Amino acid sequence: MFRPGLRSSFKLLHRTAPSTLVASRLTAFRYLSQEARSSIERAVKAKPIVLFMKGTPDEPQCGFSRAAVQILELHGVHPEKMQTYNVLADPELRSGIKEFSEWPTIPQVYVNGEFVGGCDILIGMHQSGELETLLENNGVIPKIEGDASSTPPEDASKEKSSS
Amino acid sequence: MPIDVIALEKAIKRAIPVTHLEIVDQSSGCGDSYAIVLVSESFQGKSTLARHRMVNDLLKDQIAQMHAFSQKTYTPEQYEKLQAQG
Repeated sequence: MFRPGLRSSFKLLHRTAPSTLVASRLTAFRYLSQEARSSIERAVKAKPIVLFMKGTPDEPQCGFSRAAVQILELHGVHPEKMQTYNVLADPELRSGIKEFSEWPTIPQVYVNGEFVGGCDILIGMHQSGELETLLENNGVIPKIEGDASSTPPEDASKEKSSS
Repeated sequence: MPIDVIALEKAIKRAIPVTHLEIVDQSSGCGDSYAIVLVSESFQGKSTLARHRMVNDLLKDQIAQMHAFSQKTYTPEQYEKLQAQG
């Protein structure tokens, strides 16, 4: 599931400070530059679904990222509606997105620019049926015929509960 | 640096009331990958995202040193229901 070789090379890159405690504190207090912030702001709105992951949908580099891709595929999310970013290819994005979302792990999923969660939350929402509703209400996947309501996505997103 | 189960447990129990806690080391012992199941009344009325943010925050220093961290968060009522189903 994990790639020890890759992992250790990244650790080396990040652990320049002598103490890991110091390193993590520096990371916690580091200020995300306005430029980086606005480029991430654009990135999370690039498509109705935006997934920050390790690797690519065809070649995920981590089991958690693979699970996120698989769940979205399972719901029939059209590739045109989804943008994925490989954080392993962009160390700045990798740390930037964690700060931006205030979320410590990858993958991260955004729906219409709004942070949904990581792998655990995606799996939980998939199992409870919330994910399907969220995707339908945001116009990412078509509502199943026979549904009473045919609310347009714009309105639906407003009344969506904050899950 | 590896994190041990006791450090995680302490950090959680220091911060919130815990009804039930399972911590599974998924790293075959090297201590950089954990999955937890946490049952607490402090999750009452909070969305899953809010609960996870809460746990992420109280384990901020530990998670920063891990490769992988996975969590399941329940209120005591939810957990009881879940146990009854299983």
